[in-house]
Amino acid sequence: MFSLGFVVRAFVAGAFIAALCAILGNFLVLKKLSLIGDGLSHVSFGAIALALFFGVYPLLVAIPLVLAASYFVLKLSQRAKLYGDAAIGIVSAVGVSIGVMLASLSNGFNVDLFAYLFGNILAVSAAEVWLSIGLSAVVLLAIFLLFNDLMVVSFDEDYAKMVGVKASRLNLMLTWLTAITVVLAVKVVGVMLVSALLILPAVSALQLAKSFRAAMALAVGAGVLSVLIGITISVYADLPAGATIVLANFAIFLVSLLWRKVLR
Amino acid sequence: MTPIINVKNLCFGYGSDDILYGVTFSITPGDYVALSGPNGAGKSTLIKVLLGLAGPYRGKIELFGQNRKLFNDWGRIGYLPQQSNNYNPLFPATAREVVRMGLLAGKSFPKIFNAADNERVSVVMKLMGIEKQKNKMVGELSGGQQQKVFLARALASNPSLLVLDEPSSALDPLSRDSFFALLEELNQEHQTTVIMVTHDTPQIGRYAKTLLYLDKKVVFYGGFNDFCQSPDMGGYFGSYSQHLICHQHD
Repeated sequence: MFSLGFVVRAFVAGAFIAALCAILGNFLVLKKLSLIGDGLSHVSFGAIALALFFGVYPLLVAIPLVLAASYFVLKLSQRAKLYGDAAIGIVSAVGVSIGVMLASLSNGFNVDLFAYLFGNILAVSAAEVWLSIGLSAVVLLAIFLLFNDLMVVSFDEDYAKMVGVKASRLNLMLTWLTAITVVLAVKVVGVMLVSALLILPAVSALQLAKSFRAAMALAVGAGVLSVLIGITISVYADLPAGATIVLANFAIFLVSLLWRKVLR
Repeated sequence: MTPIINVKNLCFGYGSDDILYGVTFSITPGDYVALSGPNGAGKSTLIKVLLGLAGPYRGKIELFGQNRKLFNDWGRIGYLPQQSNNYNPLFPATAREVVRMGLLAGKSFPKIFNAADNERVSVVMKLMGIEKQKNKMVGELSGGQQQKVFLARALASNPSLLVLDEPSSALDPLSRDSFFALLEELNQEHQTTVIMVTHDTPQIGRYAKTLLYLDKKVVFYGGFNDFCQSPDMGGYFGSYSQHLICHQHD
């Protein structure tokens, strides 16, 4: 299996994206922003449809548009006095609507768009592998340098402000890192399943972790393991990789839940 | 002596409704102030405005002689928020990790903790009698133990001013007594200035030197004895209510 170039590329890109999603997912889950990944993936669906409509490379359109949408979600929830989930719901619905409208206007790219809906990690290119590695390095460096600030903001935002942490800037940074990661993750598991990569490894880790650092490490382990298991099963059983990765993630969550119950 | 907190004609509100208006008072170093008043009087709001957690405001606030809007030396202030406010009980942080958050105020980028920080965390956890709980997750501790963890966090930076928002509500009577004894020791022996939001005026009256009674504006600001003997306050509250506020203090 490892002699196949496309499988190795899938493993490498998938593992890096899963690790990224797990780290960011920990913060998002604890800040009760789990669904932001779901909302932004729907926006990326609209953005990819727009790119395909105009014949442009999808990531070039999706990254700036999803960044803008994430900023809009933050501002909408602050300025319009909406709860975060309502703001996410609005942006998500608009994103999908744009995608569906453009798909109906052009019959030519429906097949390509379908690939983005459900993901196709086995078709990931060498450039996308390097992009995943580069982005992982940037996100990991940012998280390492701001780890203690991010921890206190996730734990108690008011207290964080009191000790001089720039909570608004950190929230924006976290949202933007999530936006870029989501666009890349759409290639791996697709629009429909991207939020699973953000949420499931984090909630699996939270069942077992005895400290915040342990939660981070366990989430990364769960995310990467799910990609390795998912791709392996996908290749041998000829099943869709995205769905297999998500179900592997769910199985890990069930095991961690059971483990926690047994330990108690 | 430069006041630790100096507030003049402070007004604050959400929309057109003023929650605080014309609030003026000054707290000197080493004071122990009970901030009391009825529900909705603006006690917690006043604390939030003082600490930069709510704004904008009208009027003047000075912290350690510096305009609050320019003040950034937050390590000099330890803050214990209302326990149930914003803290996520499912957060997987150990007691030690939570206490260490109190040292962030004095750090510059990148905020990385060193051996001296860890030593300081051990010292304050020992002071609070929670060193055995250091590796336990804070959400798994009892209400009283959690409160000690949050007080240890407030004390971690060795602050000159301690601001406590209803700190004793989760404590059993025994823990409450030892909690107040510790605060008294900090105030008496280390000259730590204390401001405590509380409804428990009879209890706090045993320890606090000064009462700031707030009802959107300052109703009374002065010594507890002066309050208890003031005919004006007897007229404002009625003598029975005045007695209720004072009775354990007498």
